[in-house]
Amino acid sequence: MEKIEKLSDSSIKEIERFKGLYPNRNSAVLMVLHVVHQQFGFLDREALREAAEIMELPYIDFQQAASFYTLFPNKPMGKYHIQVCRTLACHLRGAEELTALLKKILGIGIGEVTNDGLFSLSEVECLGSCGTAPVMQINEIYYENLTRARVDEILDDLRKKARNG
Amino acid sequence: MAEFEKILFKYIDSPDQDRIDTYIKNGGYAALEKAITTMKPEEVTDEVIKSGLRGRGGAGFPTGRKWSFLPKGIDKPVYLCVNADESEPGTFKDRELIEREPHQVLEGTLITAYAIKCKIAFIYIRGEFAYGAKQLNRAIDEARARGFVGKNLFGKGVDIEVIVHRGGGAYICGEETALLTSLEGGMGYPRIKPPFPAVAGLYGCPTIINNVETLANIPHIINRGASWFTTIGTPKSTGSKIFCMSGHVNKPGNYELPMGVPLRELLFEHAGGVRDGRNLKAVIPGGSSVPVLTADKIDVRMDFESLAEAGTMLGSAGVMVLDETTCIVRTAQNLAHFYQHESCGQCTPCRQGTYWMLAILHRIEHGQGTMEDLNTLTDICDNIEGNTICPLGDAAVPPVRSTIRQFREEYEYHITHKKCLPGTSPARFE
Repeated sequence: MEKIEKLSDSSIKEIERFKGLYPNRNSAVLMVLHVVHQQFGFLDREALREAAEIMELPYIDFQQAASFYTLFPNKPMGKYHIQVCRTLACHLRGAEELTALLKKILGIGIGEVTNDGLFSLSEVECLGSCGTAPVMQINEIYYENLTRARVDEILDDLRKKARNG
Repeated sequence: MAEFEKILFKYIDSPDQDRIDTYIKNGGYAALEKAITTMKPEEVTDEVIKSGLRGRGGAGFPTGRKWSFLPKGIDKPVYLCVNADESEPGTFKDRELIEREPHQVLEGTLITAYAIKCKIAFIYIRGEFAYGAKQLNRAIDEARARGFVGKNLFGKGVDIEVIVHRGGGAYICGEETALLTSLEGGMGYPRIKPPFPAVAGLYGCPTIINNVETLANIPHIINRGASWFTTIGTPKSTGSKIFCMSGHVNKPGNYELPMGVPLRELLFEHAGGVRDGRNLKAVIPGGSSVPVLTADKIDVRMDFESLAEAGTMLGSAGVMVLDETTCIVRTAQNLAHFYQHESCGQCTPCRQGTYWMLAILHRIEHGQGTMEDLNTLTDICDNIEGNTICPLGDAAVPPVRSTIRQFREEYEYHITHKKCLPGTSPARFE
């Protein structure tokens, strides 16, 4: 079988650094998941197998961790993955309506991706940003103190950013 | 009371406080130098014991005493894990410290590592805090360039390495033994205690786990002394506390004040009172896992003892404020959803109990509840509490039990009328 190499050079370099960083290299499992997630936006299976080989650890160790933690989707998400905080402090400041608004604007449900592949939507538990509720996280960035106007602005900016490559 | 001078947040608004030059200009790393060059590790621990500092993560255990539980005279490495997995709903103080004062957190970590003779410290930060992880890594790089991290610190033969480890999105990993399992590369399952981490923690070695805010206090205690620290706060809850104000308040945010500040003052003078001039309905004073206080109970002081006397807890000091328009059943349902989602599934009472609590609250909220449901919910609470490996099960109980106890009529109204109490409505997004 032909071997496909998917991990980028910089991902490989990072994984190798984590391999030598901890007293026990099993500790690097989560950090390796972050590297693969960062490159692909989800846990690409072949890439994860490659990572496991570099780490000289069983692939199942990575799959097991991936099945437990919520940050690592196992299928492609939108280029911009929107996660709305649904827990109490955000709830008290209108998170339910915020989610409904995003569903309406994007024309998708929770866990779905828009047809152009640009946006996906999910609801998550407390993001730890209760003082600036309601809050959503898009990829790694927090968007806080949201209002309807601000949501429109953020989505427009991201659409423009995607168009301009 | 004399004007309180902030400790942890004194320079939080200074531009570039996250850079090492500014941090040093404002007195940073003097405590690390003082500790390593003039104090024995045991003297650092003694000073922290004398200060009365208690853990700021929720449990309030005396910090110095925790350190002193490390077994003496064994040749295994000792580890320090900084718990930056801040995920308790209503809590957002550690994030601000990490993002805006990363060197203060790092200096506290380094002094603690010195005190417990640890050569490798881990900062376990929740995976969502990507910016916080970057800030910490940059702080470590800057500190390394100045000789504050790495080998032979201050020429005294002290080696300390600090590794930032990112979590994967799991509330349970804030529980100290789950944090260790996670840091070892496994699923975040809590472990049965004993053995306690101080005896057998990370990789089976003696390990101390401390919260971010706890460690941010250490440089100040070393600089200014334990007796200074005990003049702030109350005799049993010394020092300051960062109170996280959220929900229906005019000025949500973090407020650093002395331990023991009255809740009424915190809410009305500091956080600007209830939003839109509405009436207060309830306050959850210590993160989502503590019993709710009704509006008539806010003349309580915000410290470990006073809140315990009032039947609740200081917890993480995440103060969530509910105004009169809040539906209490929906509130309980929202939190039950959180615990059900975050239960790791190891223990049946928690895994099944949180599932059924959510299901029953959902049906009451949606007009299909029965009076018997209230007894069933209480019964589930009784069967979770004390029957699980870790405190997550216990934490899921107070939002349900305390709201049923204190707002029983509202639950009954829901069941009888199949709708929310008049005047309560879901929050608007504007």
